[in-house]
Amino acid sequence: MRLSAPSGIAVALALVAAGFAVAFLVGRFPVSLGDVFAVLYSKLSGAPSGVSSAAETVILNVRGPRVLAAFFVGAALSVAGAAFQGLFRNPLVSPDILGASSGAALGAVLGIYFSLGVFAIQGLAFLGGLVAVAAVYAIGSALRMRDPVLVLVLAGVVIGALLGSGVGLIKYLADPYNQLPAITFWLLGSLAATSASDLVSLVSLIAAGTFVLLLLRHRMNAMSLPEEEARALGISTGPMRIAIVAAATLVTSASVAAAGIVGWVGLVVPHIARSLTGPDFAKLLPVSALLGGSFLLFIDTIARTAASIEIPLGILTAFVGTPFFIWLLASMQKNWS
Amino acid sequence: MTITAENLAIGYRDRLVGSDLSISLREGESLALLGPNGGGKTTLLKTLLGLLPPRAGEIMLNGRPLSAISVRERARLVGYVPQVHIGTFAFSVETVVLMGRTAYGSLFSRPGAKDIAVAREMLERLGIIHLAERSYTEISGGERQLALLARALAQEPRFVVLDEPTASLDFGNQGKVLHEIGRLTGAGLGVLFTTHDPNHALRAAHRVCLLRDGAIMTEGATSGVLTRDNLEMLYGASVIPVAEGKQVAFLPG
Repeated sequence: MRLSAPSGIAVALALVAAGFAVAFLVGRFPVSLGDVFAVLYSKLSGAPSGVSSAAETVILNVRGPRVLAAFFVGAALSVAGAAFQGLFRNPLVSPDILGASSGAALGAVLGIYFSLGVFAIQGLAFLGGLVAVAAVYAIGSALRMRDPVLVLVLAGVVIGALLGSGVGLIKYLADPYNQLPAITFWLLGSLAATSASDLVSLVSLIAAGTFVLLLLRHRMNAMSLPEEEARALGISTGPMRIAIVAAATLVTSASVAAAGIVGWVGLVVPHIARSLTGPDFAKLLPVSALLGGSFLLFIDTIARTAASIEIPLGILTAFVGTPFFIWLLASMQKNWS
Repeated sequence: MTITAENLAIGYRDRLVGSDLSISLREGESLALLGPNGGGKTTLLKTLLGLLPPRAGEIMLNGRPLSAISVRERARLVGYVPQVHIGTFAFSVETVVLMGRTAYGSLFSRPGAKDIAVAREMLERLGIIHLAERSYTEISGGERQLALLARALAQEPRFVVLDEPTASLDFGNQGKVLHEIGRLTGAGLGVLFTTHDPNHALRAAHRVCLLRDGAIMTEGATSGVLTRDNLEMLYGASVIPVAEGKQVAFLPG
């Protein structure tokens, strides 16, 4: 199935609308679509909404922040995944290929170990992601080899493994009754703790990075060619690569800081987007962002409603993502269309 | 317009591949680079394209040093046709050719009507307009080579550099590509290509440069340079010339 750009975006937008509706309506406290619009309208106009204050609290303070966070995290991971798959000319690349997730994990785990507050833990996770990717990039540029992209990926694998051992060390040292469970839950990923105050930084960081990636999307087709070809076509590949890596890392680190480790989204969603609209990055990036946002909206709704306890996001995305990816591999053996 | 290099040394950071190379190419002229594997053909090509810095000497593009010309401007002057590859993503042939317009847009701009018109014109010119919507990964090797050539032509360059344009093509497609090289020079472009087959140079090159062990063995008009003696010395193997009327061809002995 290959759709034109407008119809691909229409399908994606329809899924986003459905995702938002389901995410707002499904849950233990019954809320109707009319309630949601009434509350949003009263928030904008200042007039009373006529909705019960309990429902208003659920919409504005409980589900609202979480729903927005799910959409932005899903969109961010998917757009970063699509950009990295192009940049590294490999459809099996995920947004944490350069160590963003492992860096963020170590930052968050350190924050939990030193019993810091939620905000400090998120800040450390965000910084950890940025520092890890900066280190990988520095190593990649220092080891000047013929294929700079390959060196970058290898450096990412190595640093990721090192940071993973760091996380293991902290877990080993952590207090097994309080800190270890907290660390474990954080590493499994969840949006349960999202509050309205977290949203400002999360949404602004993700919007900024995604905006840069979307601006550069017309150059990404050529950037997905071998380095020398891209340069022969007139792209200054060095600065362009830094810009794409920086923007993708920004959105990935912000996502991981807010939601913990949520795997698979950034790997699988670009594939769905590609099968919908084709590999042209001009269409692929916006469609990936929209599909990723709606995907995580659905997944997060399942995470908080399917069982009597919250199911960690990372576990659900793996349960959904793995079989889907195997199916994708089987149906696309011919090529990565 | 001319590309000239004098006393050029080429190679990588850790390895010198060739030195003392002088070469020039004018518009409307085709030059074939011939030589054994490892002789430095590809390295020289990449250096002339500005993809690899020269180890010594300088390349001048119409009197201006190539290193002083921006990547973007270079792409508008010199088009590059790499060896055929399959590619990672199944872009449509038209999208591939549109990438040739990269140097004409700003950093953020989408391809405009002019770019699309140029891309389609080049597809038309090479007789592959019917493939425009097909995916690049699904067409044949010969069609892919033509698509890459169309992409280079979409750069609207003054020079086209082709790396082994006939390798991995069947006999019919080899002829097609050589014919296109002839048409390009006829249209006033300067063409530089490498090949493993002296007969392809005979067919499509005005001048030939024999490159061996990183040094130029002989360089000059095709008919004068491509002789049995020169080829035997170049490849270190025996060569059988075949003549029919004024046409000459070489068989590996």
